[in-house]
Amino acid sequence: MNRLTNPLGTSVGKKLMMAVTGLGFCCFLTIHLVGNLTIYGGKDFFNSYVEHLHSLGPLVTLAEIGLLFFAVIHIMTGALLFYQNLKARPIRYSVNKRAGGRTLGSATMPYTGFILLLFVIFHLLNFHFVDKTQTTTFQLVSNAFANPAYIFIYMVAVIIAAIHVSHGLWSAFQTLGANHPKYTPFLRGLSIVFSVVVGIGFGFIPVYISLLI
Amino acid sequence: MTKSINITLKVWRQKGLHVKGGFETYPATDISTDMSFLEMIDVVNEQLTLDGKDPIAFDHDCREGICGMCGAVINGRSHGPEKGTTLCQLHMRHFSNGDTIVIEPWRAKAFPIVKDLVVNRSAFDQIILAGGYISVNTGGAPDANSIPIAQEIAELAMDAAACIGCGACVAACPNASAMLFTGAKISQLALLPQGKPEAANRALAMVRKMDELCFGNCSNERECEAECPKEISISNIARLNREFIEAGLVSAVK
Ligand code: SF4
Ligand code: FES
Repeated sequence: MNRLTNPLGTSVGKKLMMAVTGLGFCCFLTIHLVGNLTIYGGKDFFNSYVEHLHSLGPLVTLAEIGLLFFAVIHIMTGALLFYQNLKARPIRYSVNKRAGGRTLGSATMPYTGFILLLFVIFHLLNFHFVDKTQTTTFQLVSNAFANPAYIFIYMVAVIIAAIHVSHGLWSAFQTLGANHPKYTPFLRGLSIVFSVVVGIGFGFIPVYISLLI
Repeated sequence: MTKSINITLKVWRQKGLHVKGGFETYPATDISTDMSFLEMIDVVNEQLTLDGKDPIAFDHDCREGICGMCGAVINGRSHGPEKGTTLCQLHMRHFSNGDTIVIEPWRAKAFPIVKDLVVNRSAFDQIILAGGYISVNTGGAPDANSIPIAQEIAELAMDAAACIGCGACVAACPNASAMLFTGAKISQLALLPQGKPEAANRALAMVRKMDELCFGNCSNERECEAECPKEISISNIARLNREFIEAGLVSAVK
């Protein structure tokens, strides 16, 4: 076990864990988004997608356990990194100026990450840990988004997620050692595109649903 | 054209590591715009000395951008606002009459303050001692160019070797991480055949030493690359990461 835990316990190792789990979440976001888009196909199409998904049974449970495992690693490691990085500069500068490297995403990673954690809990309470025997998922969704406060919370959360992945995606590749003049500009561009797709893709759903009702 | 400007300095003064420090304000009058930043501090120090005060302590040596001794954070920017230059290469023509300039030392747990703007960067030496070398047998010097090295690889190694160990990357990093320095030092050796035999050991030992010295963790903010006077690229950090992954998870080295 030491063979694995020693390298993973170092600064680079912790970043590797952040990168691998982060990329996992990017994959999840993509699948989640594709699934959610079925809502534009109408109520029945969406409900049948949900049914199909749930008919996968143990596979879904397996994926959930995997995501939970990834989340625990990502959150614990992220919190540790945040704490250590604060400690690495006990006296801060009185004047702070960017040299052009930092972006909105990179500068806010721990904070956007923390808000996302709160949002994910809220989101799961909304749509996951509820009794679905009496109602369809579509019904749940449209009930929720009948409330403007929910629309607002979801839109804000989605924008925060977009900001988080705008740095996270390319950063994960850099941490994994993938940096090359040939494809690094592409990866950085891809991060921005992915962030916009996540933002618009998820962000428009609450609005669309509320317009339906 | 040479001009003279009057500016105000807000300088961090601190007598020693465990003494409380603070900003002091000094006027710098009649400063020629042809002066370098360090010459400007020399002028201020001369006046301070004449006034019977303690001159501002700052590190410097070559004053031509090659030794890596100088460095301070000028208005929030390591080595000042110019790209690809050290503090000694910064000229007063980049400032205007009436400016207030805030001068702070490198701030990092791993770089304790010695006095005023002077910090102890021996943490870098310890990282080098941990693995930033190659072992060569004594004896007759081998023939030059006996080991063929592709031009592109030699260039990359030379780019990494341009690092002068000034510490601006740590100072500019929001996390006070030493990954650019360590990445450059690992890269300059790992790229070349002479550095290969010890590559795995080097990557593990240098990263461990870096952590032990309380440098922060890299989060790919890219501020280091933007502030580095030698414009060392973060592709060297990615190479460090690759070297580390290989060494830690695949190689035979423990
Ligand atoms: S990498 Fe650049 S900023 Fe860092 S120590 Fe070397 S020369 Fe200075
Ligand atoms: S004094 Fe040598 S690099 Fe500035």
